[in-house]
Amino acid sequence: MREVAIVSFAQAPSVRRETERNEVEMLTPVIAEAIERSAISRKEIGFTISGSSDYLAGQPFSFVTALDAVGAWPPIRESHVEMDGAWALYEAWVRLQIGDVDSALVYAFGKSSPGDLGEVLALQLDPYYLAPLWPDPVSLAALQARALLESTGYTERDMAEVAARSRRDAQSNPNAQVASDFSVDDLLAEPYLVSPLRKHDCPPVSDSAAAVVLAAGDLARRVCERPAWVRGIDHRIDPHYPGVRNLAESPSAALAAREAGVGDAPVDVAEVHAPFSHQELILRDALGLDGRTAINPSGGALAANPVMAAGLIRIGEAARRIMEGNARRAVAHATSGPCLQQNLVCVLEGD
Amino acid sequence: MSEPVTSIRRPVRLEYDFTAGRAMSRFLLGLAEGRILGQGCPECARVYLPPRGTCPTCGVPAEEEVEVSPRGTVTTFCVVNIPSQVLVVPVPYVCANILLDGADVPIFHLIQECPIEEVRMGLRVEAVWVPAGELKATFESIRHFRPSDEPDAAYDSYREHL
Ligand SMILES: [Zn+2]
Repeated sequence: MREVAIVSFAQAPSVRRETERNEVEMLTPVIAEAIERSAISRKEIGFTISGSSDYLAGQPFSFVTALDAVGAWPPIRESHVEMDGAWALYEAWVRLQIGDVDSALVYAFGKSSPGDLGEVLALQLDPYYLAPLWPDPVSLAALQARALLESTGYTERDMAEVAARSRRDAQSNPNAQVASDFSVDDLLAEPYLVSPLRKHDCPPVSDSAAAVVLAAGDLARRVCERPAWVRGIDHRIDPHYPGVRNLAESPSAALAAREAGVGDAPVDVAEVHAPFSHQELILRDALGLDGRTAINPSGGALAANPVMAAGLIRIGEAARRIMEGNARRAVAHATSGPCLQQNLVCVLEGD
Repeated sequence: MSEPVTSIRRPVRLEYDFTAGRAMSRFLLGLAEGRILGQGCPECARVYLPPRGTCPTCGVPAEEEVEVSPRGTVTTFCVVNIPSQVLVVPVPYVCANILLDGADVPIFHLIQECPIEEVRMGLRVEAVWVPAGELKATFESIRHFRPSDEPDAAYDSYREHL
């Protein structure tokens, strides 16, 4: 395998509703910042790829419009995934394995506020049996949380502890949207939103964008003091229809973690994409993470969840800790689909 | 056996709040004042209309406001013979790409007040606005374009903008 590293990361602060700037205007400074930090010139970037969804923007081919932020002349090598930017990063990693280009720009934009996010996400479900009932993502997540509580020893207190820690940690993340210091008892005193989920168990609706620059081998060493090397990356999928799965576990996340080599050595920090508090409990077990690993020091998706960008931000946050010299081995995870249906796991290491 | 199910009806409708963005907002607010505002790129000096906040060629912010002329040149056109469900214009009518003086990207609009067979590439046209009291932040503030009775523009003056 060719050595590939993350050499820079930039993100826009997450906000509930960005009313002034459109998707391209949010993206432009983020891409410029990621490229500038990478010390690779825009014209030198060998491959460009984005992750986004037209359903969020309500505009066909919104990812083509987003190329306005890139500078695609003379013509560039470019691709797109209608998925979270984490999967775009996977394609970029594969592309760099071919060996003819040495660097890649990966970006994602998630402006979740223009439509009703619950209705938009209902359209990712099976179109014959499930989507006509318009199940919203909070209700589906509540089914999953109930399955977890009833079939394991986990409690609502465990979920509230995840929420309290995430939002406390988010206080030191300038890009987080929801940050506060609440006790677990205060959180448990709140009413249910969709039982067994309370408001703090659910992610905020967020608008944001993010960009990452990847570089291979010597180029990565030349432009970055502490490159975050991609030592393993894998993504797997569980069945689409939630009714045929045991929602209390995530076999696809466990398999991706095994293939990526998460358990081969201790993990200093993990950024897992768990939009709902109980999903972090499922993912900790699937990824085999224990108390020695700092989990979601950024606050995670409970502090900011720009759909289509939140997974790429997990990878960027994990890489940032290696690039800044605060971690040697990090794990990043991204999810997509209802109830953790699709999962990507990436293992990053410093030299 | 009952009849097999061969189809289901599943209406889908989503509503969105569209964010025009800073660049497009300035352009639309300019139309409400009877002005046509583009944006220039600091690197390649191209003027984009409508503005997009960036130069898609250079990939840099292009936020310098440039007012362009309400007169321009037809770069290409077509004759529409299908009645529109939303436009109250009798068929046949002409849609054209119009390169306004001072802009580097043609805009799309109607040509009226001109026999169809006289519309041609290079035809010089001018904007016909709605009455001052009816100007709004919408492209419909320009009703259509009509010939401005200037000599045709030379092909070389717009060949880079086709
Ligand atoms: Zn330019």
